[in-house]
Amino acid sequence: MAATQAGMKRFYALFAAVALIGGGALVYLLMKPRSVSIPANVTVQVADTSGFRGYLKGSPEAPVEITEYADYQCPFCQTFATLQMPTIEERLIKTGRLRWRYRDFPLQQHPFARLAAHSAACADEQGKYWEQHGRIYEGQADWAGARDAGALFRNYAKAGGLDLSKYDACMKSGKYAGRIQASLNEGIQAGVASTPTLLVGDRLYRGGFDSDAIIKLVDSLAPRRTP
Amino acid sequence: MIHRMTAALLSLVGLFISAYLYLYKIGKIGTLACGTGSCETVQLSSWSRFAGLEVSLIGVVGYAGLLLLSLASLQPGLALRGWPSTLIAVLAGVGTGFSLYLTYLELFVIHAICRWCVASAVIIIGILVTALLDQRRLSRHRIP
Repeated sequence: MAATQAGMKRFYALFAAVALIGGGALVYLLMKPRSVSIPANVTVQVADTSGFRGYLKGSPEAPVEITEYADYQCPFCQTFATLQMPTIEERLIKTGRLRWRYRDFPLQQHPFARLAAHSAACADEQGKYWEQHGRIYEGQADWAGARDAGALFRNYAKAGGLDLSKYDACMKSGKYAGRIQASLNEGIQAGVASTPTLLVGDRLYRGGFDSDAIIKLVDSLAPRRTP
Repeated sequence: MIHRMTAALLSLVGLFISAYLYLYKIGKIGTLACGTGSCETVQLSSWSRFAGLEVSLIGVVGYAGLLLLSLASLQPGLALRGWPSTLIAVLAGVGTGFSLYLTYLELFVIHAICRWCVASAVIIIGILVTALLDQRRLSRHRIP
């Protein structure tokens, strides 16, 4: 009934072969070089910013514009994007009362912030900026501590239906590094020191705000018309 | 013994598949090799987590447990005992139920199929079948 010694030997040989092949494949995948990185502190060229004010959401005729300076790797920005923005979008942006302007403000301590911003910029080329933006924020817990966040951003691009050959070429070129730097410079010049920070008119609001506060703010700036 | 050997080999393959999916999910490896291109859709959906844990990590732990159990059951002292097969069958039964639930989600909720998940489902069913066959074999040869 018990297996013969020869049978056990054959089994262990087969087991070792499978373990070696499977383990070897995983080690190979882990050792593969990381994907692209985006340079920091590049010199901003005129072409980097010409005609680009930021990523806009909402009607051009909206009476109020809020500029958000945010960092994809900042946890508070993530909470704001995933918990507060849906209400703001529903109550203010879709109703034509508010236009949202998103500006990248990648903080130095966040190694993947520029890469994430560049990934979203590359998705913008294919008209899918906000989809990629949402996926990056939603997946922050997964990629923030990853060895290769770029691979996860690429996965988000693939899941979002982007043309991957165009996306890869865009990421490899690092063509939006200047635009991201310009956005950061703009924020610094405006007095932004942390994220998320909102710029409304000429006033800065640093963190600690929620959708209710923003609704009240918009109400005060552009009162609803009563029939 | 052939059934327990098969269960051990299947558990090892299942462990590698789960580890592959988990390493992908936490960003340690690049992209998934997936012919249909739906693996990412499944792995990045909200259903890729269960009770706050990555489903693939649950797979890693489950297959590792099955692997240790099936290897232990091959040792001379346990070869004629029935309880290791019963335990493997119970664990594989739970795994099969979970895999069927995940397959249902893929087909009817996410509307995308991940081939690696299908492979894992086939493997866990295979382990369940081998454990049940082993139990039958032992019951036939049981010494009164």
